[in-house]
Amino acid sequence: MSPRMQGTVLPWLVVAAMFVVWEIGVTAAGLPPFVLPAPSAVFAAFAEFYGPIMGHAMHTLGTTLAGFALSVVGGVALGVAVGSSAVAYRALFPVLIGFNSIPKVAIVPVLIIWFGIGAVPAIITACLISFFPITVNVATGIATVEPELRDVLRSLGATKLDILRKVGLPRAAPYFFASLKVAITLAFVGSIISETVGSNEGVGYLMIQASSRFQIPLVFAALLVVAAMGVAMYLVFAVIERRMTFWATRGIDAAYATGG
Amino acid sequence: MSDPAARFVALEGVSLRYGGAAQGTLAVQGLDIAIRRGEFAAVVGPSGCGKSTLMKLVTGLAPASEGAVIVGGHEVAGPLKIVGMAFQNPTLLPWRTTLDNVLLPLEIVEPYKATFRRDREKHVARARALLATVGLAGFEGKYPWELSGGMQQRASLCRSLIHEPALLMLDEPFAALDAFTREELWAVLQALWMERRFTCILVTHDLREAVYLADTVHVMSARPGRVIETRVIDLPRPRDLDASFAPDFVEIVQGLRARIAEARAEQLRAAA
Ligand SMILES: Nc1ncnc2c1ncn2[C@@H]1O[C@H](COP(=O)(O)OP(=O)(O)O)[C@@H](O)[C@H]1O
Ligand SMILES: [Mg+2]
Repeated sequence: MSPRMQGTVLPWLVVAAMFVVWEIGVTAAGLPPFVLPAPSAVFAAFAEFYGPIMGHAMHTLGTTLAGFALSVVGGVALGVAVGSSAVAYRALFPVLIGFNSIPKVAIVPVLIIWFGIGAVPAIITACLISFFPITVNVATGIATVEPELRDVLRSLGATKLDILRKVGLPRAAPYFFASLKVAITLAFVGSIISETVGSNEGVGYLMIQASSRFQIPLVFAALLVVAAMGVAMYLVFAVIERRMTFWATRGIDAAYATGG
Repeated sequence: MSDPAARFVALEGVSLRYGGAAQGTLAVQGLDIAIRRGEFAAVVGPSGCGKSTLMKLVTGLAPASEGAVIVGGHEVAGPLKIVGMAFQNPTLLPWRTTLDNVLLPLEIVEPYKATFRRDREKHVARARALLATVGLAGFEGKYPWELSGGMQQRASLCRSLIHEPALLMLDEPFAALDAFTREELWAVLQALWMERRFTCILVTHDLREAVYLADTVHVMSARPGRVIETRVIDLPRPRDLDASFAPDFVEIVQGLRARIAEARAEQLRAAA
């Protein structure tokens, strides 16, 4: 099997094996469904509540993507500032680290007080939790331009803006697209945390409701849907990354092609 | 002294200290050098003696702590805007094809920048011609990672010359290449220079390279660097590899080698 096919087939095998072990373990131990439901029970719950689950999932997807879009805009702007100016770096970086250390779940109640129950706190939480990797990656790409290359450009009369446009931004692109894969999964975490703390819609809300009614199979079904959406979004951005920055991953495809 | 062409590039009593005034590294001190317009000058010296620092001083990328740096009759106060530069590391942009890498300076340097889009066809033709003279015809559409080290360095040379700079600065451009490729590129560079006659400053630690290419070789002392000997190489051009094994050539190389050995011995004595 080629490494590429392994990449498509093996994860499914692992998931299938996990479900089998889980099913057998639960049955053998005789665990009641409200402690740990077997996968069969989870799938049954998914089929039964398919409509509501998908409705809430789409709501969560919407808030996640909205928050993610904001975090891309803000994260890139901050990353460009921090990466291209030593003063901005010194001024902002400690603040960003401090901010990123705050557990976002602690902010959600405040956001709810400010904006009320609804989509807005979820969007903001998704944005706050996911902009940091984007900022750091963009800043790194811009700040690590080779000094010799900078000298070549400066001795041509290049302005800081020229260097940013011709070298900094293109160079940061692979870092940026790599960070999007991480950021989108974090954005899901953010919006679901927010929905869990206070919302009347979304997967997080669904899970809280279900667990308060001891519908544990439904909780697990919702969790699996979240995981699936996370993987799907990750794959979308992985494809975009490949398309946009083929020059940075050069040779990797070739290595795959020649490998047994 | 008063003829500006004779002192197209001149350093007068220049010193440069990196870091703080008190505890920083004194890289060069009392550096005097004069290079004619259209001259090919080589600078040799032990590693760490301040050769790259000299490049930065001449191009205005680093300001002198003391003394004056003069290029083209004007004292250098900030980065010059018309210089071509190439380094040991070819620093081509991996997201651009070879052709687009070579065109990069034209997107930055005035007067080309303002009309770059309109005159693109003309520039592309010129870049192709230049690539052909260094043996890269047919590689215009390749990305840098598809080229060998020697080919990347050829492309880097083209990038440093496409805007027809009056001054070309080369900092150990061939140091990372194998001996065969390096000697091929000596011939390429010599041909380009004989055709265009730009003023060129080549930093190298290869004495054969310096003697093969240069009109004058400046020998620098160990750090803090200054010029301790200037040797005029009046061998006929074009020079070729066979000439580099002739007795007069070898004698010059040996003389320079002895001078550098002396400088290093002095440094060791001073340190002891
Ligand atoms: N940016 C810098 N900051 C501090 N010291 C430097 C810097 N650049 C060079 N130096 C020091 O100055 C001396 C001369 O460096 P350089 O000009 O690069 O030497 P060369 O090119 O001849 O090997 C060296 O001792 C080096 O360590
Ligand atoms: Mg050097």
